[in-house]
Amino acid sequence: MKQFSGPVILLAILIAFPWAVQDSYYQHLMILVLMWIAIGSGWNLISGYTGQVLFGAAAFFGTGAYTAALLLNKLDISAWWGLPLGGVAAVILALPFGWISFRLRGPYFALVTLALSEIMRHIATIWESLTEGMVGILVMQTWVSKLPYYYIALALAVLSIVIVDVAVRSRLGYYFVSIREDQDAAESMGINTLYYRMVSLSLAALLIGLAGGLYTNYMGFIDPKVVFSLHDVSIMAILVGIVGGVSTVYGPAVGAFIMVLVQELIRTGGFGFLAWFTKTTGWPFMTTVTKYVSEAHVLSFGLLVVLVILYLPNGVVGDWLCVKKTILFRKRETA
Amino acid sequence: MCEENYTVPETGNSLRRYMAYFEARGITKFFGGLAAVNGVSFKVEQGQIYGLIGPNGSGKTTIFNLINAYFPLTKGSIRFEGKRISGLKTYQICRRGVGRTFQVVKPLKRMTVLDNVIASAFLHADSKAEAVEEAKATIEFCELTLYQDKLAKSLPIASRKRLEIARALATKPKLLLLDETAAGLNPSEVEGAIALIQKIRESGVTIIIVEHIMKVIMTISDKILAINHGMVIAEGSPEEVASNHSVIAAYLGEDYSAQS
Amino acid sequence: MNKIILIQLLVSGLLMGGVYALISIGLTLIFGVMRIVNFAHGEFLMIAMFACFWIVQLTGLSPYLAVPFVVLLLFLFGALTYILIIRRTIGSPMVVQIFATVGLGLFMQNAALVLWSGDYRTIQSPAASAVLRFSGIQVNYSLLIAFLVAIAITLLLFGFMAWTYFGRAIRATVQDRTAAQLMGINAGTIKVITMGIGSGLVAAAGTLLLPIYYLFPDIGGPFTQKAFVITILGGLGSTVGAILGGVTLGLAEAFGSAYIGMEFEGLIGLVIFVLVLLFLPGGFKRLTKV
Repeated sequence: MKQFSGPVILLAILIAFPWAVQDSYYQHLMILVLMWIAIGSGWNLISGYTGQVLFGAAAFFGTGAYTAALLLNKLDISAWWGLPLGGVAAVILALPFGWISFRLRGPYFALVTLALSEIMRHIATIWESLTEGMVGILVMQTWVSKLPYYYIALALAVLSIVIVDVAVRSRLGYYFVSIREDQDAAESMGINTLYYRMVSLSLAALLIGLAGGLYTNYMGFIDPKVVFSLHDVSIMAILVGIVGGVSTVYGPAVGAFIMVLVQELIRTGGFGFLAWFTKTTGWPFMTTVTKYVSEAHVLSFGLLVVLVILYLPNGVVGDWLCVKKTILFRKRETA
Repeated sequence: MCEENYTVPETGNSLRRYMAYFEARGITKFFGGLAAVNGVSFKVEQGQIYGLIGPNGSGKTTIFNLINAYFPLTKGSIRFEGKRISGLKTYQICRRGVGRTFQVVKPLKRMTVLDNVIASAFLHADSKAEAVEEAKATIEFCELTLYQDKLAKSLPIASRKRLEIARALATKPKLLLLDETAAGLNPSEVEGAIALIQKIRESGVTIIIVEHIMKVIMTISDKILAINHGMVIAEGSPEEVASNHSVIAAYLGEDYSAQS
Repeated sequence: MNKIILIQLLVSGLLMGGVYALISIGLTLIFGVMRIVNFAHGEFLMIAMFACFWIVQLTGLSPYLAVPFVVLLLFLFGALTYILIIRRTIGSPMVVQIFATVGLGLFMQNAALVLWSGDYRTIQSPAASAVLRFSGIQVNYSLLIAFLVAIAITLLLFGFMAWTYFGRAIRATVQDRTAAQLMGINAGTIKVITMGIGSGLVAAAGTLLLPIYYLFPDIGGPFTQKAFVITILGGLGSTVGAILGGVTLGLAEAFGSAYIGMEFEGLIGLVIFVLVLLFLPGGFKRLTKV
């Protein structure tokens, strides 16, 4: 039971969170974190464990988001049905896509997933009669308080982690990693690599699509640029996975937390610290600094990406020993 | 064709006598304009150790790649247990009971030795517990227990070769294709490899083996096929093949062949 | 009437394709030598355009005369990028390598945004607005000049690849890196030079494009995409392929926009991309074995 205590405590904290922290801004941030845990876990399954790097997570996210929105817009069905159906729709997209694309390996597969998400973005923009194009779709929000959304997001995040954990320890996990390590060897071991890659991709699509459906309901507004976004969805998904640690169950959770935190930190200049500092000291150059930092938040983001890539290729969880050493200033080599 | 039913005492399986346990008929593979394998035919009987020899580039590994469906056949057919396996996918062939090792070993590097073999064992195991048990037994059979929890990438070459074999064995093959399992080993490791291969044969597995090291292949093979430039140049017992003119010519040149 | 439109589209597509080709040759060379996909390629183009813009603004020089300076600048920038960033990622998993350039591209895009704001900029050049007319066809002088200069640069490049030591060394490295090293070619130096050349080429393309396009920090993205499409279409590592691919894309876009609709322009490239990846892996290079 010892191995469960960590996650259980974490879960307890997460459940208690919205009662302890009543500020809706921080609740919003945590909802984003939970959503990214789901997306990151899905990404991790196909890209981390199975080794088929997904560059087009947005394709599945957007599909999920639009399913929810269109159900309401065109069929007058509550967008909440869109949450599970968004996941299903994403899987329905994943199946034929995987079928024809899995003949490609490595970077080529990554590129074609990128093309897929960009194609979907274009279609969503052009096909105005269906999607209202760039205007986007507005969805009435069910609740004013963030609490219900929070718990639904939490449920989704927990579901994602559980799915990944169960899969990894089962036949699926072994097969996924075998495919990643050496696809030809895997085939010679009797593994139907196409089938299992499709399973992995479908699970990823499911989780990412569910997150998309949730997004529509929570944010109340979607458009092609946002939900099919290369930078804000696809690349973010990869970052969450990489920063947290690919091929680890809890990596995406750590990664989601860090990435959302960092994004907000930079965007608000240290949660307003910079602004406060500027006011307190009254130094004129601080005004310039504050202005540049907040404008440059994406710039710092890019810098962060490069730095993480160079120094922590296995992510925080994967390179945990390295991180611990740095944080605690231990210069000694571990025995 | 008459069929007889009889039971093999050790394995307890019931077998029917086919035309041949394993048969390659006129298998041919063209890469562009070059025939890497050209019209090769041979039969392997159950329980045999069947050797494949030939100079570098003669097409030995290509033959394995054809059997295993790593490459598709240009012409010809391959039958196992009386049923056609050419045309099937690699994983299907494995499920039919044909296992293989690769000449350049393919360890699943970031997995432990145990996990490598568990992954294979899942082919016939219904549960993870069963797969783990099966894997551990196979690892012990291959004398790799010491390395069980080490990452595959940390293994020295001799152990990597054993891991390659262990992984193939965990799929419970009836026919095992061994590709240069003794290459790169020092003499004592070679002895160990020979012993392991004989142990495998004793457990009821038929073996086709490609090998460069004459000592290995001449010692353990029941029958040998010699090929050169993708074509058969001799077939027979080890002694017959060793004294065959064409074989000597292929390895050592025409002059030597004329002398013997 | 139709025949005139057809020829018009052919000409526009061809000319634009030539410039596209110039953008992509750099990318395909970089991949051929280093097996790195430079996701920041479009941002390099953008920086080149800004460099040219500022040179023109500050010195009043014609953009076409600024080409050598911008090329040199980006050559150095590319070499630096390789040394500081890309070289550190060799041996890392593919995701990491790709992401280094993605991060770089992000950084560059937003540095431009911060430094120069998102305003659209153009340069006024007498050549830029002039139009050549003959037998009912209209051709932008700037596009024509861009095309001709692109051809000149490509020919120069081929000369370099065929007759100079470094050029041949690069070709050798593309074909077989190990063999090249065994023949005494310093792979490290070659990589730096190739990155520099690749960046220089896209810089030239950028300065040529400046009179034609509006300039703003986000302009890089679509060009990265086009460069990728062309590189895959032509076959990774094949310079001739990049030319054929560039022309193909230019024509496809011209005809596509005209006959299907303007808004489909971006989609055309993507569809070609997917089709080539799925059904003609290796691109034109595979077909012609160039």
